Amino acid sequence: MGKRTIIPFGPQHPVLPEPIHLDLVIEDETVVEAIPSIGFIHRGLEKLVEKKEYAEMVYVIERVCGICSFGHGWGYCAAVEGAMDIQVPRRAEYLRTIWHELSRIHSHLLWLGLLADGFGFESLFMHTWKIRETILDILEKTTGGRVIFSVCKVGGVRKDVDAETLKEIDEILAKIRAEIEELKEVFLEDDSIKNRLCGVGYLSKEDAIELCAVGPMARASGLRLDMRLNGDGAYGELDFEPVVTDEGDCYGRTKVRIFEVLQSIDLIHQAIAQIPEGELSVPVSGPATGEFMARIEQPRGEAYYYAKGNGTKFLERMRVRTPTNMNIPALVKTLQGCDLADVPMLVLTIDPCISCTER
Amino acid sequence: MKQNIINGKNFVTLASSELIEKLTDLKADGYRLGQICATKVSEGFEIIYSMDKDHSLLNLKLTIPEEEEIMSVTGVYWAAFIYENEMQDLFGVKIKHMALNYGGHFFKVSEPTPWNPKK
Repeated sequence: MGKRTIIPFGPQHPVLPEPIHLDLVIEDETVVEAIPSIGFIHRGLEKLVEKKEYAEMVYVIERVCGICSFGHGWGYCAAVEGAMDIQVPRRAEYLRTIWHELSRIHSHLLWLGLLADGFGFESLFMHTWKIRETILDILEKTTGGRVIFSVCKVGGVRKDVDAETLKEIDEILAKIRAEIEELKEVFLEDDSIKNRLCGVGYLSKEDAIELCAVGPMARASGLRLDMRLNGDGAYGELDFEPVVTDEGDCYGRTKVRIFEVLQSIDLIHQAIAQIPEGELSVPVSGPATGEFMARIEQPRGEAYYYAKGNGTKFLERMRVRTPTNMNIPALVKTLQGCDLADVPMLVLTIDPCISCTER
Repeated sequence: MKQNIINGKNFVTLASSELIEKLTDLKADGYRLGQICATKVSEGFEIIYSMDKDHSLLNLKLTIPEEEEIMSVTGVYWAAFIYENEMQDLFGVKIKHMALNYGGHFFKVSEPTPWNPKK
């Protein structure tokens, strides 16, 4: 056994926009162990549920994360609606699905840009984020917000999108699709990119199951695991099959995300074609009762939202389990045996959202 | 009815003495660990273990007195160390034989067990 050295990685690092710390135990240039620690910016948002009425709490939950904000709002509302047996109107379910898939596109494009930046491909980073801007423009036009939308509420949604705007969104996405296809060729076929991603951070299907990996991390290791299959929102009425590949490495995780961008465009296209007319929400009043564990597929994977009422206007407990939280064990395992130089790429490919983790 | 609506209300009560055996059986049956969370209740702590198999959700719920020490499930699901350290750091849940025990320092909290402060 050679001499072992501990190298601290984070909480501040060029590939980490948010703080997570890893103690990397290395032997020569190889990582033999990685010990994570989090909680540098833990905000205790779950605890706020004891001071905010359940209907107002959605504004707090949306602020768990600045990227998958809409999904958090939806997941929270789904948990409260489940606990209180509230049936959401169909049009609201379709609008939630459309906004959620737009969020997935902008989240994946953000990540693809960060990945390009991480391996030093600046022009690819800028091109990816240029396309993402168009998605943010659509979100701004339909919700009024680019990051925090505040359109989801317990019982439905706050805003409608008219038929003309939906048609316009469909046309814009058709144009973006062609640009994403070009991006796909670069990300998946460029030799210099493949050199940085192929064979790095391999996670076998068996390990993905054992370590309870979720989202693109699991699907890139061959697991058909996607909460959209449960049929929430409009997903049960859309033609959909999760993107699954068996590469298991950083390249596989990139491949899953870029194909998911194209898939989200298809899902939005289908949802726009099928969206029914009708109410946007149902009236909700009275104390919160019951309990419910809701799950939705965030861009980073499966997320849990637990709501427990106690017969008052405040919930007794609100729990958010975010996908990055669940992918930390898989990250720790895949870091073992990798080269020190590959650590930033590997950390990036779980698409860590520490803001989510530090809810 | 949607699958998530059926699953989301699937709570099964369990005694703490049955926990490890039950999780071992579920793992052998193909279940993966979804999440673990604690809630402070008047009797002590209510702990929920969410298990998933093929998108079907089972929530195991156990209620323990605050002073009771429960067995770690990291021997069955190693990834549970994330949740067990979280419950230990934020609520002060006592857990024995954790595979990776940060001793109350997984989260950088400014006071011990902030969600269940000692009087």
